[in-house]
Amino acid sequence: MSEEQVAVSEAELHAYVDGTLDPRRHAAIEAWLRATPQDQERVAAYRAQSEALRALFDPVLDEPVPARLQAATRRSRGPSWPGQLAAVAASLIVGITVGWILRGPTATPVVARADVTLPQRAALAHAVYTPEVLHPVEVGADQEAHLVKWLSKRLDQPLKAPDLSGLGFRLVGGRLLPGGEKPAGQFMYENTVGRRLTLYVSTDLDGNRETAFRFAQERGTSVFYWIDGPLGYALVADMDRGPLLQVAERVYGQLNP
Amino acid sequence: MSAMDGLVEAQIPRLRRYARALTGDAVRADDLVQDTLERAWGRRHLWRAGTDLRAWLFTVMHNVFLNQRRSARPASDFVELDDSLPLPARPDGVDGQLELRDVATALAQLPAEYREVLLLVALEELRYEDVAKVLAIPVGTVMSRLSRARERLRAMTQGQPVPTLRRVK
Repeated sequence: MSEEQVAVSEAELHAYVDGTLDPRRHAAIEAWLRATPQDQERVAAYRAQSEALRALFDPVLDEPVPARLQAATRRSRGPSWPGQLAAVAASLIVGITVGWILRGPTATPVVARADVTLPQRAALAHAVYTPEVLHPVEVGADQEAHLVKWLSKRLDQPLKAPDLSGLGFRLVGGRLLPGGEKPAGQFMYENTVGRRLTLYVSTDLDGNRETAFRFAQERGTSVFYWIDGPLGYALVADMDRGPLLQVAERVYGQLNP
Repeated sequence: MSAMDGLVEAQIPRLRRYARALTGDAVRADDLVQDTLERAWGRRHLWRAGTDLRAWLFTVMHNVFLNQRRSARPASDFVELDDSLPLPARPDGVDGQLELRDVATALAQLPAEYREVLLLVALEELRYEDVAKVLAIPVGTVMSRLSRARERLRAMTQGQPVPTLRRVK
């Protein structure tokens, strides 16, 4: 190892490959890689490895789960998993559900549950995408007009991405998601300390026509949701009810000027 | 089915993916998943509410995997790739320089402790600290194993001489 490498550690190179590097170090690493072709080659090779591993093994996710494995989670009837776990895991299960929904109609039956409600789908989508460092959104805020137009077209409803800059949240971007039966959209916002909130928009209203703000909470994650004409909205964030209500009112006000 | 059962059930596809990559064999992988689920059930009271269920299940799987290797294949670090493992066609997006088949073969030749670290990082996208917790090793060891796994895989898939590897504790 040469003395220049003191500047960039081996661990940092791997973090760079894995997308977990402190963003403040990106410039330093990239400068280092430009000057050090052998490390640049390694980084490229490691990334290709990760892609190859996913290409090799991701298809397993789409395979039907053998009955013996499903049975293994139910083997012992009687005392169930502690009830408290259920609440905690809500975001997890939603995350997984969304993940499976994303895999399309061949997904396992667990995912395709028809009883997943708007706030649950929104909370799942929130849990899945807000932790993403590299790819939190499909279309970034730099293409906001395109994003809004695209999602409006796919949801077949005119949408708006509310401006929450007055509350310190800037638009990160958004993505198209599978909803219950029709596509849904997600707008993601972030404040200066990296706290993220998402606005989930869907035309799948589960027969729900109630227009009031409704609140749901799953350990740490709060959801305000409401129906506005043909669209259901769910605002999700890891914050308390009070502050989130403030955001929800701002969103509602912007959508109904 | 309770909500918790559903949660565990929801993790099965990812446990299967990891087990498949770890063992290189579909049947052995599902055996590993089944043993993991049963062990997890027996120890469900040890799972701390509020922590990552998936990481906990990986921890259980790691321990089951370790036990199986100790009892069944005490002399070997290696798990052979089953030749019948169906390899999907290479998607267009993947770098043409890496033949998937070569990667699968090279992966199977990595020492198991390197393979675990590489898969938890690159396939399961766990954070390094979480990998350290799952495998009950220091983060520094995670990093050195990751580094060696990637370098060794690169050497094997690019036809370079495989560097001599010191065993990491």
